[in-house]
Amino acid sequence: MTAKMTSNLQLTADGRLRHLLTLDGLPKRILTEILDTAQSFVSVGERDVKKVPLLRGKAVFNVFFENSTRTRTTFEIAAKRLSADVVNLNVNASSQSKGETLLDTVSNLSAMLADMFVVRHSAAGAAHLIARHVAPHIHVINAGDGRSAHPTQGLLDMFTIRHYKGDFHNLRVAIVGDVLHSRVARSQIHALTTLGCPEVRVIAPRTLLPRDVSGMGVHVFHRLEEGLKDVDVVMMLRLQNERMQGARLPSAGEYYKHWGLTPEKLKYARPDAIVMHPGPMNRGVEIDSAVADGGQSVILPQVTYGIAVRMAVMSLVAGANP
Amino acid sequence: MKMAIRNGRVIDPASGLDQVQDVFIAAGRVVGLGTAPAEFHAGLEIDALGLVVCPGLVDMSLRLREPGLEYVAGLESEMQAASAGGITSLACPPDTDPPLDEPGLIEMLKFRARSMPGPRVYPVGALTHQLKGERLTEMGELHEAGCIAFSQADAPLIDTAVLFHAMEYAASFDLPVWLRPEDPFLARGGVAHDGLVAARLGLPAIPVPAETVALQTILLLMRQTGARVHISRLSSRAAVDMVRQAKLEGLPVTCDVAVHHVHLSEMDTADFNPHCHLVPPLRSLRDRDAIRQALAEGVIDAICSDHAPVDEDVKERPFQEAEPGATGAELLLPLTLRWGREAGLSLVQTLDRVTQRPARIMGVDAGFVRVGGPADLCVFDPEGGWQVSAESLRSLGKNSPYLGHEMLGRVHYTVIDGHLDYRRT
Repeated sequence: MTAKMTSNLQLTADGRLRHLLTLDGLPKRILTEILDTAQSFVSVGERDVKKVPLLRGKAVFNVFFENSTRTRTTFEIAAKRLSADVVNLNVNASSQSKGETLLDTVSNLSAMLADMFVVRHSAAGAAHLIARHVAPHIHVINAGDGRSAHPTQGLLDMFTIRHYKGDFHNLRVAIVGDVLHSRVARSQIHALTTLGCPEVRVIAPRTLLPRDVSGMGVHVFHRLEEGLKDVDVVMMLRLQNERMQGARLPSAGEYYKHWGLTPEKLKYARPDAIVMHPGPMNRGVEIDSAVADGGQSVILPQVTYGIAVRMAVMSLVAGANP
Repeated sequence: MKMAIRNGRVIDPASGLDQVQDVFIAAGRVVGLGTAPAEFHAGLEIDALGLVVCPGLVDMSLRLREPGLEYVAGLESEMQAASAGGITSLACPPDTDPPLDEPGLIEMLKFRARSMPGPRVYPVGALTHQLKGERLTEMGELHEAGCIAFSQADAPLIDTAVLFHAMEYAASFDLPVWLRPEDPFLARGGVAHDGLVAARLGLPAIPVPAETVALQTILLLMRQTGARVHISRLSSRAAVDMVRQAKLEGLPVTCDVAVHHVHLSEMDTADFNPHCHLVPPLRSLRDRDAIRQALAEGVIDAICSDHAPVDEDVKERPFQEAEPGATGAELLLPLTLRWGREAGLSLVQTLDRVTQRPARIMGVDAGFVRVGGPADLCVFDPEGGWQVSAESLRSLGKNSPYLGHEMLGRVHYTVIDGHLDYRRT
């Protein structure tokens, strides 16, 4: 049997974006189109009336099987700025606990005349499964599935890098931390390699890296000092407390000592390097406050651009060009 | 009833026979090959011109889902499916609800199976009470009730001392122990091979050492206890190499592989297809190729269907949450034939892995075509094409990675104990 590319499901027959499920296998032209469209939406947020009518009359359902106030809120703001009607559902608390299957939940919500689902789920591939089963006019946007993908986060990170660095072709980018459990890291790696970034590095202890990670086109480092040398962009990942229980790490203190980003460690990077973090941060675990709040940090602009990027994705999948 | 199967290409891997000739059957036995016994008048004549007549398939792992899981599938449907797949003898693993850990359950299962048409059913008893890995089952009693071997199915056996004693105890009765090697700690939470696809997709992974560490333990305990051990459903090249080495050293170990693992790999999980969520996980192309090679060499003795009917409700879920397993009873023959064709093997060599060899490991009187032997036969068209679909599968389990695919190799008749048990309509 031959593997079907996951990206086929995301594109229409004529090659336009229909769903956004993963950045793995998505062509460069689509990524660039999203970033360019997001650029045109940045100014919307700066106006007095922060709305455009592109999704007027459309119903966007934020279906979160896993809690996330931050991501859900940015999707909600993005949909409202596009004039869509937004329904927020925290499914965790209702039907799933009553044993309803994921597909039944989705069928029920479809019956409520949804036009778009923004889905977060704890299992990898959940958004794919939904996309495979929804009616043809419904669009699915993955807001994070298990450890697999968080494509809008990956895109907003690319938007931020492009904003500060102009273009990807001369960049060294380091991703630091728990790559193994990170959907953000996977989306970042796929986006960076597709956009032509010549050197993507991952820096982590072996216990926090997938075994075949180099097969994804990245250079592997275990020591922060070596990995940060001369990089233009440092992308930090959040460390979950569970990693200490699973015997992957001895302590948060030891992690901070070896992989925490301090001003001293940051000196190994280029002087004009930017520092990013998808949030929420564990200050004093993966990042020092002096770096998080320092002059090289672009962590808050990331959040702002996240809205423009999500507006771009929503309008593009819906076929509503600005 | 007396039966004559005429003009078929009779293949018997046990004797190397491959010849067009007639087969004569009476009173549940083969009574003539080529020439009919004197005074033979067949009540049923089957024209097998262009068809292959071989021993009925012997499947070392086929779940009937009884007792306890009848809402998914049951004896009647799954035995019909097996028969339609040319299977005439099957071993069913103890992972039922409750598990097959008491003689009464075995007797009931055997009684139910005998009361309906279909293959001969050989239960594999639970090695430990409730498959919990804590207390031994009454293996002596269970054997008398009809268990041919003892296994943990896919339930973990965490306590190595329990495994050690279970093997020692089984060895006292000279009873075989069938084990699928998997370290429960290394496999914990995992659903996919620890390779490039899991890295890309972010699927929780099961590393190869989960299999090899457990296999090494089993092989060491086997040497120590003298237990007769069969290794079920290998998945990795490293484990295959260990079995090859153990066999070279003269250890009387045997092993099998599930038919899906002969063809599929981690690449087939790249689109999160829950039908490719199997136990053990589909591994790399290198692992798969090593399995195919070892199968051709005979290092891997048998191919089983690992038939596992799964309800759509629990299958159509995100990959890691989907119930593992695939329906296989009706795919065992065509997928084995496909392997044989691709490996350039003769039908004698190919069919050996699903007839004589598994029958010998199971210790049952089956898997060969011989005058005086049991009349358990499969008559199939090696060129007969069919499409796998919910409609074409008789099993209630419609869960297959091959849905929509074309298969070559179609069973026309299945004869069990001298009776025509299945006929293609």
